[in-house]
Amino acid sequence: MKQIYLGLVVAGVISLSACSTTPKATEGEAGGAKMEGAESGAVTSGAAGTGAAEGAAISGAGKAGAALTPFEDPKNPLSIRVIYFDFDSSVVPADVRDVLTAHAQYLASNPSARVRLEGHADERGSREYNVGLGERRAHAVNQIMSLQGAGGSQLSTVSYGEERPAEAGHDESAWRLNRRVELVYTNY
Amino acid sequence: MKRFLQQILLGGILLVTGITAHAALTIEITQGVRKAQPIAVVPFGMEVAVPPAENVAAIVGDDLKRSGRFALVPQKDFISRPHQASEVKFSDWRLLNVPNLVVGKIKQTATGGYDVQFQLLDVFKGSQIEGYVLRNISASHMRAVAHQISDMIYERLTGEKGAFSTRILYVEVRTKPDKSKLHTLVVADIDGHNPQVVLSSSEPIMSPAWSPDGQRIAYVSYEKGRPEIYVQEIVSGQRRVLSSEKGINGAPAWSPDGKKIAMTLSFAGNPDVYVLDLASNSRTRITDNYAIDTEPAWSPDGKSLVFTSDRGGKPHIYRYTFADKQVTRLTFEGEYNARASFSPDGKRLTMVNGDKSRFRIAILDLKSGNMQVLTDSRLDESPSFAPNGSMVIYATEDRNRGVLAAVSVDGGVKQRLAIQEGDVREPAWGPFMNQ
Repeated sequence: MKQIYLGLVVAGVISLSACSTTPKATEGEAGGAKMEGAESGAVTSGAAGTGAAEGAAISGAGKAGAALTPFEDPKNPLSIRVIYFDFDSSVVPADVRDVLTAHAQYLASNPSARVRLEGHADERGSREYNVGLGERRAHAVNQIMSLQGAGGSQLSTVSYGEERPAEAGHDESAWRLNRRVELVYTNY
Repeated sequence: MKRFLQQILLGGILLVTGITAHAALTIEITQGVRKAQPIAVVPFGMEVAVPPAENVAAIVGDDLKRSGRFALVPQKDFISRPHQASEVKFSDWRLLNVPNLVVGKIKQTATGGYDVQFQLLDVFKGSQIEGYVLRNISASHMRAVAHQISDMIYERLTGEKGAFSTRILYVEVRTKPDKSKLHTLVVADIDGHNPQVVLSSSEPIMSPAWSPDGQRIAYVSYEKGRPEIYVQEIVSGQRRVLSSEKGINGAPAWSPDGKKIAMTLSFAGNPDVYVLDLASNSRTRITDNYAIDTEPAWSPDGKSLVFTSDRGGKPHIYRYTFADKQVTRLTFEGEYNARASFSPDGKRLTMVNGDKSRFRIAILDLKSGNMQVLTDSRLDESPSFAPNGSMVIYATEDRNRGVLAAVSVDGGVKQRLAIQEGDVREPAWGPFMNQ
């Protein structure tokens, strides 16, 4: 059972643009081990911007011209698997609707694929209210994906409230990355 | 940590205590009151072969000082050091203008325990206010006895029951070297001593709550990858899953009679408040609204619940009354009011009050509707009253770390409770144990 997170892909894109000297030495091994790298990085850091090392491996693979899965190709909407929200809001931003449509279509054409929608909140306010808010965000994403063709049994939701921040820190630069829903593929 | 290592080096027997040993909360008073009443606590006389490890007079002095109601006369100012009323020259203490004096002594008993005698004296009247001998106390109970003495002194001098013998429950989170998190649920004495881990998990632990008799706790654990409510006996550590519905199982709150637990469940589509009867296991739905309804808290008479709801667009506090099943809105000030709980007399609520940039602890007077903000930091949360209603304990952020803090209900005294490393959060002040 594999899990992939967007955070690392984002980190990969950042490191690609910010660091053009991504070591080529990682290219060869990255081809076979990219998912593993993504998985372990996500478990330990799980955050955009903190998984730069693992992300570099992914971007290195891109440069090597190895075939990218749709989940890794930064040009493919399936590579985006974190949706961000405004404070105390569960309104899915209009500019990510296409992303959710792409995921829903992927699920529709891959009936065995499963996605867990993990809702999160920033640390402001009370903890249990934030669990409610995280769930509402996950449900909002769930609803859109269901309407776009994802099967009900393919989607599950869980809310972590503010208990699992993607980014440490106590200001908006961290908070905006923590108000999120992560699409975690558990089978694909 | 250094001490921990030393204990391990000392050998096998101490290794066992080394494992259960846990970094204690340290408490510092960050703001005191001008009107704190002076009191002198004289070091207790020792008529012992083996002195007890705990300094009873020092513990009593610390307790009284921490309440914010008392200021200790420095020992260097003492003219004499009596151990019982008959030895006291009241004129020595009148010179220091201190109204009250505590003296005492500890005697070893034939069975190896200790008799602890203390007297609380009125300096200006030259008389005894209170005096007890606590007989045959074992060395391991010495701290508890010191807190009992503090409780008696505090109650006689303030008219309010002392809460020095109570305990605190909190969640501690540490980041391990591999960057993963270790979440622990800890029970400690209210002065931070004797911390005991009652649960550790790599997944989040939330919303710890005491049973009214202080024997059991309820909490939310994500150990199976989703939130479930557990009930655990403190002494035995035995526990069971109380609620494991689809979606949210959260915010457990014991009824004052200990027979029911209110909670938040979202299996019906969105978070609503329910009450579970523990004996019959029957569940009653309290709220039925498309909004987030959560964080139930019982009134002390058990006749109503307050809860957080954003049914009006923003989170505010609402009250549900069991008799008529009606819900009324209680807060109107500010953009965000959440996680309310009652004062022990049921007349006030403490809650988180804020807007987007500031979340502070406030007290709402239910009769007048007046809201008083007690704190001035940015990220305060999880407030609850001390069982005697004198203080509110809460969690806040200080220099990028989660710490606990306490503030007197008039806002005059502030304390900070922190551990050496890691974050502490979600304090729950336990009930009086000897009612």
